[in-house]
Amino acid sequence: MWQDLQHCLFDAPFTVIAVAEEGRGAEQARPWIEQARPSYPCLIDSDHRLSALYGMVNVPQCAWIDERGMIVRPPETAGSTDHFRRIDPATRTLAPDLARARLVARAAYIQAVRDWVRTGRHALPQDAVRARLPRITADMALADAHFRLALHLRRHGDAAEAATHFATASRLHPESWSIFRDAQELEPSGLAGGPAFWERVHALGDRPYYPPPEL
Amino acid sequence: MATVLSDTGTHAVPTSGGLMLTPEDVARVTGWTLKPEGMCRDELCVPLADSMQRDGRIDVAGFWRHLGRPVVHDRAGEAWVLGDGPDERQAALEGLQAPDFALPDLDGRIHRLSDYRGQKVFLTTWASW
Repeated sequence: MWQDLQHCLFDAPFTVIAVAEEGRGAEQARPWIEQARPSYPCLIDSDHRLSALYGMVNVPQCAWIDERGMIVRPPETAGSTDHFRRIDPATRTLAPDLARARLVARAAYIQAVRDWVRTGRHALPQDAVRARLPRITADMALADAHFRLALHLRRHGDAAEAATHFATASRLHPESWSIFRDAQELEPSGLAGGPAFWERVHALGDRPYYPPPEL
Repeated sequence: MATVLSDTGTHAVPTSGGLMLTPEDVARVTGWTLKPEGMCRDELCVPLADSMQRDGRIDVAGFWRHLGRPVVHDRAGEAWVLGDGPDERQAALEGLQAPDFALPDLDGRIHRLSDYRGQKVFLTTWASW
């Protein structure tokens, strides 16, 4: 998705930086990166460091950063939508009209990024950036510490104790889908999309899984 | 020996009875240095209570909690995380300077956000899960 964006802005002082929040490390991300053959940096964040620094809670989320290194759009959903919640569970497909709507929404977001790069449009004034920043609480900071410990323990073969710290992290920071999902056992597909995930999604009710960005 | 994970990386340190480290190890693991005025990092110095020092070692966990930052460890006391404080993280975000980071690509080459100063950056996350 982002390669097209990078490609069409090849002549601009612009780069995508894609960061894989992969608690299981680079080898989980490798097949995807090698298939995409991106021309922009694809980095591996096995401790979810970026999520902690920027207060991100899901993937894909993004931040827009200008030439001076200033945030001009704080973390928001990066082009994804909640249409996946209406996937037919029997066929695991999306109805054509919903699939189209999802593509339209994604294209609109990519166009917004292009407009920003070319004209500066959609960059927010500083007070608006501050108003939209995540609020980092003590519980969130403690959750990140437990999560980092859990990842370390899992890497070193202590799945049982890792599980207790994953659970604590998720309890302290229930809004973080990244913490919840990277703690899960993976399905054969490689996704953390088992019954526990869907139960949590259903529990959202009318609340969005991917809050739409305000463009 | 214990493993300590902090914002400076992952470190193996000799310790016993909690996280009591030599000043040299504290500096290596945390970036904080013991000076006459206390523990110092960059422009900030924080007095170090006598209760946080014993036999030439520093109670790093106690100091970290004194800073209002999270400390967690495994049951055996062999793996510790010295976490980032919420106030510092919030202040960093509200300054609107995008927090810098250093992460590897698939070849292990480290990229910093600051390497891309002078360009607009669309910083996005993803995951295989």
